[in-house]
Amino acid sequence: MNLHTESKLTTPIIQSPGNAITLADVSVRYRVPSERINTFKEYMIRWMQRKITKHDFWALHHVNLTISKGEVFGLVGRNGAGKSTLLKLIARVLRPSQGRVQVVGHVVPLLELGAGFHPELTGRENIYLNGAMLGYTRAQMDEKFPRIIDFSELGEFIESPVRTYSSGMYARLGFAIAVDDQPDILIVDEILGVGDEAFQRKCAVRIEEYRNKGATILLVSHNAALIESTCQKAAWLERGELLAVGSPSEVLNQYRLLQP
Amino acid sequence: MANIQNNQYFYDSAKRGIPAVDELREVINYRNLILQLVRRDVVARYKRSVLGIAWTMINPLGTMLVLTIAFSQILRFNIPGYPAYVLSGLIAWNFFSQTTTASMVNLVWGGQLLRRIYIPRSSFALAAIGTGVINVLLSLGPLLIIMAVVGLPIKPELLFLPVPLLLLLLFSLGVGLIISTWAVYFPDVAEMYQIVLSAWMYLCPIIYSEEMLPEQMKIWLPSLNPMWGIIKLFRMPIYDGRLPTWEEFWPSLVISLSVLVIGWLLFSLKSDEFAYRI
Repeated sequence: MNLHTESKLTTPIIQSPGNAITLADVSVRYRVPSERINTFKEYMIRWMQRKITKHDFWALHHVNLTISKGEVFGLVGRNGAGKSTLLKLIARVLRPSQGRVQVVGHVVPLLELGAGFHPELTGRENIYLNGAMLGYTRAQMDEKFPRIIDFSELGEFIESPVRTYSSGMYARLGFAIAVDDQPDILIVDEILGVGDEAFQRKCAVRIEEYRNKGATILLVSHNAALIESTCQKAAWLERGELLAVGSPSEVLNQYRLLQP
Repeated sequence: MANIQNNQYFYDSAKRGIPAVDELREVINYRNLILQLVRRDVVARYKRSVLGIAWTMINPLGTMLVLTIAFSQILRFNIPGYPAYVLSGLIAWNFFSQTTTASMVNLVWGGQLLRRIYIPRSSFALAAIGTGVINVLLSLGPLLIIMAVVGLPIKPELLFLPVPLLLLLLFSLGVGLIISTWAVYFPDVAEMYQIVLSAWMYLCPIIYSEEMLPEQMKIWLPSLNPMWGIIKLFRMPIYDGRLPTWEEFWPSLVISLSVLVIGWLLFSLKSDEFAYRI
């Protein structure tokens, strides 16, 4: 088996107190088998024939990026540019193959809300389950619970299994759990298509509140206009490489020029 | 690794301690998640059917009934209180087969979660063990009733049961972690494991007793099959109504602990790669 993670302590780091997220010379390599081998049996046969070949796929290549505390940072790039891989590094789901990632603060990812919901459990039960997945204790959840119900506007549906929920209700509950507390770092991945317009406005207001209170917000989108209107700084990621970092207007001008 | 320094979360990908220790620390931080996952498993099963939680008890009882009819009535096995003998062995075996399978399946199916947010990767295996313990506790009721029905005494030695249960738990967790690591790389391991399990069950003293083995098998089978000793130890305070001797006890203790340590080391060493694979 190959070890993907070879991060070294020797990588230079520039962790100043004002930075929320620092990526220093970060690369992520996926080892892709040249032919898809799905079964152990097949693997053993190929192994004995010495026919296992792999090629490297660099999802991120020598990325250097710092995001300051309290910044609203936009990340643009086409599908497959490495945006999700970058988010995974920050959410510490992936470890970099090379380089170093430092994150100061509690990260709350608003990605695919309600990913951990169990369809048979009620909204109430799922709130406790999902809260635990975000690392909260039972006592913290007891305290958060009334506010979450209130924000989600689910009313008596909170006692019904979530499989009976509409997709809007589902996302509303997921959002309410994720943004109940002020997170230090909020990762927003094109989710603001949640629920009806009134709820969307409510979400935007909540995110705005957190921003005013000093949360760092990382907004990921391929919608250039959205990034330009909300972010203070932006970066453009293409094929695993950062092509531009700077003010949103500069970065997006370059980005737009190269779009077909 | 996220340390909370000065009341603040701080994550540095380069500060990687010993994976096995890091994983243990995270499990302690996320203990509420493991409790919630156990709750989810138990509650979800309870909701899915009319009889709900009763199935936990009915399932081994049904198997016991079939085996009793087959082996004590048709094949005329001469083991006193045969239904209680079978049931006590089955409860231990079911714990092992269900928790190891669940560790593997939950990790592979829970992959979508592991790719989005950080949770300790061993949470699923630990939750499977927690659910298994609840199932054992629930099946003790029917077991005691069966013992009373077949006329076996229920002795105070029964209070020793948590000790062999602990060995069973350590061994199952170790095996569960090893095969889930393997299943992340090769999905067909899940299928193969089911075949291994059904063969393994017949190599355990569940429906037959050690005395019934042919002479030459008596020498190697009990010492080569780690579940042999564990099932015997599990049955002692229940069916035999006695405590094990130290000679009967220590080999299983050593094996269970070693398997757990190997499983934990292997799993935590490979777990960084899971997000790349699942």
